Order: sequence, then structure tokens, then C-alpha cells
Amino acid sequence: MAEIQDKITQLCPQAQIDTTGEFLLVTVADAQWHDLAKALKTQLHFDYLTAVVGMEWPDARGCVYYLTNTDTQEVIHVKVTAPDREQPMLHSVVDLWPVANFQEREVYDFFGIIFIGHPDMRRMFLRNDWVGYPLRKDYDPATNPLRLEDETGEDYTCRWVEDENGKVKKVDGKVFEDDEYVVNVGPQHPSTHGVMRYRASLDGEVVKKIDVVSGYIHRGIEKMCEDLTYPQMLLYTERMDYMAAHINRHCMCLCIEKALGLEVPRRAELIRLMMDELMRLSSHLLSYGCLTMDQGATTAFFYGFRDRELIYDIFDRTCGARMSMSYSTIGGVVADVHEDFIKDVRHACDVIEKNLKEYHKLFTGNVIAVNRMTGVGILNKQDAIDYAITGPSGRASGVHCDVRKTHPYSLYNEFDFDEVIYQNGDSMDRYMVRMKEMEQCIKILRQACDKLEAEGIQGEYIAPKVPKVMKLPAGHWYQQVEASRGAFGVYIESDGNTKPVRVHFQSPCFNLIGVVDLTCRDNLIADLITITASLDFVIPDIDR
Amino acid sequence: MEVKIKSMKHEDFKDNEYIDNLVEQLRAGGTNIIVGKLDQLMNWGVSNSLWPLCFGTSCCAIEFMCLGAARYDMARYGFEVARNSPRQADYIMCQGTINYRMAPALKRLYEQMAEPKYVIACGSCTVSGGPFKNSYCVVKGVDEIIPVDVYLPGCPPRPEAFFYALMQLQRKIKVQKYFGGVNRKEKLSDLKYDGKALAEQSK
Amino acid sequence: MFDFGIVTNWIHEFLMRFMPAWLTTTVECVLVAVGLLVAYSLIAMFYIFYERKVCGWIQCRLGPMRVGKWGLLQVFADVIKILQKELITLWHTDKFLFKLAPYLVLIASMLTFACLPWGRGLQIVDMNIGVFFIVAVSSIGVLGILLAGWASNSKYTLIGAMRSGAQMISYELSCGISILTIVCLAGTMSVTGIVEAQADGWFIFKGHLPAVLAFIIYIIAANAENNRGPFDLPEAEHELTAGYHTEYSGIHFGFFYLAEYLNLFIVSGIAALLFLGGWMPLHISGWDGFNAVMDYIPSVVWFLGKAFFMTFIFMWIRWSFPRVRIDQMLALEWRYLMPIGLVNLVVMAIIVTKGWYFGA
Repeated sequence: MAEIQDKITQLCPQAQIDTTGEFLLVTVADAQWHDLAKALKTQLHFDYLTAVVGMEWPDARGCVYYLTNTDTQEVIHVKVTAPDREQPMLHSVVDLWPVANFQEREVYDFFGIIFIGHPDMRRMFLRNDWVGYPLRKDYDPATNPLRLEDETGEDYTCRWVEDENGKVKKVDGKVFEDDEYVVNVGPQHPSTHGVMRYRASLDGEVVKKIDVVSGYIHRGIEKMCEDLTYPQMLLYTERMDYMAAHINRHCMCLCIEKALGLEVPRRAELIRLMMDELMRLSSHLLSYGCLTMDQGATTAFFYGFRDRELIYDIFDRTCGARMSMSYSTIGGVVADVHEDFIKDVRHACDVIEKNLKEYHKLFTGNVIAVNRMTGVGILNKQDAIDYAITGPSGRASGVHCDVRKTHPYSLYNEFDFDEVIYQNGDSMDRYMVRMKEMEQCIKILRQACDKLEAEGIQGEYIAPKVPKVMKLPAGHWYQQVEASRGAFGVYIESDGNTKPVRVHFQSPCFNLIGVVDLTCRDNLIADLITITASLDFVIPDIDR
Repeated sequence: MEVKIKSMKHEDFKDNEYIDNLVEQLRAGGTNIIVGKLDQLMNWGVSNSLWPLCFGTSCCAIEFMCLGAARYDMARYGFEVARNSPRQADYIMCQGTINYRMAPALKRLYEQMAEPKYVIACGSCTVSGGPFKNSYCVVKGVDEIIPVDVYLPGCPPRPEAFFYALMQLQRKIKVQKYFGGVNRKEKLSDLKYDGKALAEQSK
Repeated sequence: MFDFGIVTNWIHEFLMRFMPAWLTTTVECVLVAVGLLVAYSLIAMFYIFYERKVCGWIQCRLGPMRVGKWGLLQVFADVIKILQKELITLWHTDKFLFKLAPYLVLIASMLTFACLPWGRGLQIVDMNIGVFFIVAVSSIGVLGILLAGWASNSKYTLIGAMRSGAQMISYELSCGISILTIVCLAGTMSVTGIVEAQADGWFIFKGHLPAVLAFIIYIIAANAENNRGPFDLPEAEHELTAGYHTEYSGIHFGFFYLAEYLNLFIVSGIAALLFLGGWMPLHISGWDGFNAVMDYIPSVVWFLGKAFFMTFIFMWIRWSFPRVRIDQMLALEWRYLMPIGLVNLVVMAIIVTKGWYFGA
């Protein structure tokens, strides 16, 4: 760490460095930011932009960038402030980290921070005709009533460019040319897995360009969290990626516990871990089902769903709900597990392990499936890192990105499991990673069953002293976990009150839509469906 | 007046005053026997062949998939022919939050459907905005933009609840009058956010 | 075996007794048409039910259960529902073509349906070019689908229609060639003639290798011509919402739906007719007792049984396989199926001239 610190001081003497927090914090002004970013990427190998958090401090607006070195797994974060608070402008880092494209558009959408040099400065989630920026503290909701007329000007985009004298100027542009044959896919479409919308320019059946239009289920969770206390906030984590409900909630709990310095009983942590893995299993089964269904193999979908019911039963018996379980809580879990919990988990593991073979027999080896997925939608390793693709999709491209291995949390370092890594990065590999990961889930669950038995089938499940009124110390916290679809991160900024100042969710699916255009270009329209299904995103997780 | 739904006792449905009142209203004048029988036949057909439009925005859609899958199997009721084109669907089940960007699309989908068409607001988000009621861009209940026939609370509702809602819809269909009577009671202009009403206001 | 010709002849003579010849023909035509329509709708409805049950069974479900006993009335409910759905006509479309399209599809399938021999003597007209007629009229369907896609004035339907045009025209060739292979073996194009030629052994057994090959090619091509999985690209639900019939509602959509299932019956029927001996019972030479028992089963039952069996195979394929992609589909036809089919036809011709088939 000290090495990095020295290097940064050398590179940029104006930067203030703070080592008190969990990660190294560098604060710079916008003028130095782009040069520093370049140096960080090329010289210090911080090639992985984990998160961009738009921020509004009382005196300034700006961003917090989380950077990771993919070799050493070191993390630093950089706080950049814009010179002008009312018309904030920052230099874009899209040229260094392509993932910043959508991330910066999101910040622009929420805070109105304009990124100079960004190629496509449009709104991300909100309507084109939206007035104001909702995450600013002075935003008035009355300015945007419900409008039922269609949006206009969808092809309009703009850039902000800086000339040699430092003058910034707006340049208009177009998303699609007038003579392009643009097909609209979504928001109501059977295989966009929700309300995603693509606008695809076609040449015959070949896709030339895809414009991803997001925000059809944007619910403003980050803003709503600012008005809630910490325990109340937990509710929303489950409704983003509902296929990783336990895991997201676990992440939020870990983050708050870290800030409070709360010790969680080992048994409670074990239960949480088991729930996480069950959730992952259920999520991968769903993604198997959806992938097969999108390719027309309807029966395989039903097989996947048949086995998910077993996992739902376990949730149902212990948590009292099939989905949105609300089970983890700050300091542990809300109730002890059902007495048959271990028996049920073992049974589910056995059944699913057996049925996985059947899935392979039905779909994986099928000549049509192989032809449709192999070599389709290739995402190479460099692109995967540039676009910050994590989770099964990243590992299919050969990126070592399993948070359970890179930054072990909970009790994962006590478990023996493999990180499934494939090299080709095509749809087939993405599919296979999920299939193999299910086997790893089963492996972890079996070990966890033994450990839980050793701890006692019933016992301590919540920390004895959880504060009734929770106040996080002033400062900011960041926690990452491995959700079903990749690294899920929670950023909380607190001023010492019962309510947070800013909450940001770094969702894995949000980065996944960044590569839709890259992977689908020059493929057929049928491949668009295969590729997006193999990327496997959950839309509410993207839109939040 | 009893409305018969297979293997569901009338008492189990008695919690819905709205439909009971509706039945009384419709039956007050009496009906011609031939027209009445034809009505019954029509309603039997419609109520037993409700084809949903695939319209899932979030969590509820996953439970809806479970409803179609092996354990719950809505094919038993003949509800399984999920259509992707609104022209061919009979009812739209709004599964998941509707936000300001989605609202025009939902409205359009509803308008694209062929009569007779029904709406089930499924999940607390579509009933009232649910946990997202305080958001800056969430519609506080789809009944502000399209007329709703059955409200199905839950977050998300269990598959059993889905069946209950579908049976309530069947029950509602079975009392409607196909000949002479009007199927739909609410007019679009009665809604809080109708496109035309808003346009007139702004004039 | 009972010859239905006796019944039809009796009706004909009965009518001739007190009617002039032209009136008799007219009355008979009307009777035939009514019978055909009834059979058409009943078969289509049965097929919808059949598919739902088979698909449920494959997918570990039950299928329709609650409307009527075992869900038997389910399809009737669907029909009543679909009959009273609103018919939506769109702006900016060619209304005449838009409305014509479903009828074209329906007419094509009905014409083909009319050519099938249901049993001994149970056929409308026995043309000497019967098979040729079947191939010809079944191609009208593609016109309807293209029109539907074009007249709807929507991008999805247009892509769906273009796909189906490419697909159906391509696979028509393979289908035709495999039918030709059998015609070559039978030495006649008359439908009845082909069935009679199989009295001493079904063609799939008689023509051994080339016949089996032709059968496989026929199954693949027929599946594709029918727009059924794994070749359901024109209506690829997960890509094009509902393909060429996206904009159709009510009974217009119902026509497409009915025609789809009836086409399934037709291709199964043709497969049964050409390869599995039509309404001929299963005979095994030497087993006289067995053969006598087989002869007791009416010919209609034989025909329908074979057709339903073939349908089951089509359904099995549909519910197991993923969908192919457009380029793979065309490559399969033009690179593999058609050349193989042509070679196969030549082989068959040689076998027939040399008399190397069984029962020669």
C-alpha cells in the first residue's frame, strides 16, 4: 500500500491521500484527474474500474471511483470534485475504462454532472423529457408528473468536447442514421427477461448496431434509501436482483455491520452463507431455464423450474416466503432455521446433482444447441476486464473475478471449492460456467451442512447486542460480495445520523448491458437473443 | 346468485362484495332465456380460456413462471397459452412495478389488446406502488392508467394466490352480460391519468 | 376389409334415382364439403388438445384438466372465446390483403386435407396425379404467410414472413424429392395406387435403405415446412414475438392456429400414406392368424392411428430440440438434405429398374 501511496504522490503532487479508511483514498480536483487516471491504469495497473459513485457533498458535486488491480486485487478509491457546483463538469474516463460509458451516463442522469469527452451524453434511466436531476438534494418531484405521451427525440445524442484553450462546447449527434432499418425489441418482449429495450439496426438479419435503452423499471431505490433508516433499507436490496435476494441483503448487512463494528455469531454467518449458495443455485437453474427457452427448447425450461421448487420449499419453511425472503438482518438472521433444514438441503443437493446430468443430456450435447452457442458472442479477456464484467460471464472469458476468492468475505475461506474459469468467452462457455458452478454450490452446501450440524441444528442465530437505533459513524463504507451474476457492491456514505446521506448499489448486471453492443454486433438477430440470455441479466438489478 | 367455479365453493368466494353487487345489478331486470343461455355459453368459453399476455417487469414474473411450470401448472385451467402479441391475449397481468417510462408502453399494450380484455394488477407495486410508493418515478397503482379487474396483493404473491386471482377473474367474467349489457364499467376517461383528459387540461 | 366405396356408391345410386345427374353431383359436393369442414375442425381441435397433453406429459405436467373430464372441453372453450374476440384492423395496412391472408392459409390446408385417403374407398376423388396435386396445393400456404407478414406493415411480421418464405420454398424441394422417391418405387402418382401398392409390405420396409433415408428427409423437411420446432423460425416467439401473425387477433389468428395444427395432421397423414402403408393393415408374411386379426381393424383406424403416431414423433421432436438459426437452417437444406435426397432418388431409380426391392 505504501508503495502505491508513494507512486501516487510522485505522479500527482496535488493529490491528498487518506489512509485511515478501509482502502486508500485519493482526493484530486478535476484538472488533475484524467492524467492521474491514465497513470493509475498504465503504470500501477489499476485496469479494473469497479464502481463510479456520483456524489453530492454540501460544498461540491463529484464522483468516487473505485479501482481494482486485477493482478494483486488491491483496491483504491479516488474522490474527484467538479470545480463548479451548479454546472458540474468532469473529464470522462471512457477512453481508459470503457465500462465508464454507462456508469457516467447514470451519474449524469442522477446528478447532472456532465462528462467532457464522453461520446454519448444521454440520459440513462429517466425519460428524455425529464426535468432536473432526481438525486440532487434540492430536487422537487412535482416537476415531473406522470406523462402518458410517448418519448420523442430518441435518436438525439450529444457530446461535450474541450478545445485546446480549455473551452467546452456541446456537439449534437445522432444514434442511428435515417436510412438504417431499426428494429425495436422490447420493452414488452418475451426474451428480454423483463423490460429491457434494444434498438437494433439490421442489415437483412445481421445486427449492425444495438442501442440499449434502459430504465423501464427504474424505481429510484438509491434516492428512497436516503429517507430510510438502515434496517428499513434492507428491504430494497432484495427487490433489485430478486434472483440474488439473500446475497444482496447479506452484502448490505455486512456493510452495515462493518461500519458498526458488530460481531456476527459464526452460526448465523453459516446460515447466511448457506442461503446465499441456495440462492445462487436457484438463480443458475433459472438462467439455465431461460437460456434454453430463448433458444426454443421449452422442455428444458420446465425441468429447471421443477428443481427450483425444491429450493423454494427450503426458503418457504425457514423464511416463510418463496421469494423476497427478508431473512438476513443486521447482526444475524431474523429467525432460526427450520428443524428439517439440513435434511432438506441435503435432499435438494442430491436431487439437483442427479438432474444436472439430465440437463446436459437434454440440452448441452444437442447439436443445434452446440452450433448456436459455440463461437457466438465472443467476449475476450481484455474486453471483459475493460467493461468490468464479473460473475459467471466474466469467468467464462478467463477473468479471475470471484469475490469469494479475491476478497473472501463471510466464511468462504473455510470452504473448499473451485472457481470455475473457462477461456473462450462465447455463449457456450458462459452457459457451461453456470452449469459447473451449480456443482460447486452443491459442494459448498454439503460442507456447510456438516459444519452447521457441528454447530447445532438449532442455536444462536443473531448477535446478542444489536443496537436498537443504528447510527453509522460518519464516513463511507464499501462492501462487495459475489452475487449470482457477479460482484455486487454496496456503498454507504453516512454523516453520523440514523439515515444515510448516499447509498449506491454497484450492480453486476449494469455492466453486463455495456457489452451487449460489443458482443452482438455482426451477429444474427437470433444470436442477439442467445447472447443476451447467456449474459443473463436481471433488469431490476440494472435499473434499480 | 351463485357463480359456479369448478371445485371452489361459493362460500370461499364470498369475500368479494363488489361482484355480488354487480350480479344483483345485472340480474335485476331478468333476461330472455335464449339470450341468457347464449350468454352463459359465451361466458363459459371466455372464462375457461384466458390467455395471458407475457408482461412481467420484475419479481412477480418469476412467480408467474413458476405458475406455468410443473408443480403449479396453470395449463390445467387452460391458461397456459401465453401470447406474446397483445392482439391475441385476453388478459394482461401486470407483474411488477410500473414506472413513468414504462407507463405509456403499458397503456399502449392495453389499447392494442382485442376486446374482451381484462387486467389483473399483480403484486403490491401494481396495486398501489407498494414499497416504491415514495419514489420519484413509480406509478402509484396501475389503476391510474388502465382499468383493473382484479387486485392481487403480495410481494410477490404466491402461485396459489395467482390461482385465486384468476378464479376471481373467471367469476367476474361469468356474471357479465355479453348480449345487450356492457362488459366494462369503467370508462377510460374516468382514470386519473388518461392521455386525452390530460391533453384537454393542458389546453 | 370393409370397403367404404359400397356406402358411397349406395348414396350415389340412391340420389340418382330421383335426381338428374347434375343435381346429384351438386348435392354430393355439398355433402362432401360439409363432411370435410366438420372433419377439418374436429381434427384440428383434437390436435390442439393432443399437443397440449403430449407437451404436458413431456414436461412433467398434466395439461388441461379442469374444463370437462380430463380437460376434454378445453378446446371448445377456446374456440368459443376466439370466435367472439374483437377483430382488429390496422391503419396504414392493405386491408384486403390483410384479411385475405388467413383464408389463403386455411384454403391451402383444406385443399390438401381433401386429398388424403382415409380408408378403403373413403376418398373424395382419386386423381391419377394425386400426389402431385397435394404438393402443388400445399404450397399455396406460403403465399398466405407472406401476405400476412407483408400486409401487417410491421417489422416483426415482415422478418417473420421473409424467413418463412425462404424456409418453406427451400424445404419444399426436399419434401418433393423424398415424395418423388416413393412415387418412383410405387410407379404411380395416384394416392390410392400408392396405398394399394403397399398391400404386400409398407414402402419403408419394401424400399429398405433409400426408403428409410427418404423417410428421414421427409420428416425433417415436413417439420420445416410446417414451421414447427426446431424450425419454428417464422414465428420464433423469443425473437419475433409472434412472427408473421403478430398483428392478427380473434378468429383470423384462430385460422392460422387451426391451419398450423391441421398441417401437422396433413404431413403426418402423407408420411403414413407414403411410407407406412396408408390405411393398409400391418401384415407379416407367414403369420396368417396375425394378419387376419389385423384385417379386422377398420382401415380408417389404421390410417388415423398411423397419422397420430407420426404426429407424436413430430411433437416429441418439437418439445425436445432447440431452434435452429436461419443460416443453419438454409445450410442444412441446400448443403445436405437436397443433395442427399437427389442421390437417394437416383439410387431408388436404379433399385427399381434392377428389381432389388422386396416383393419385386
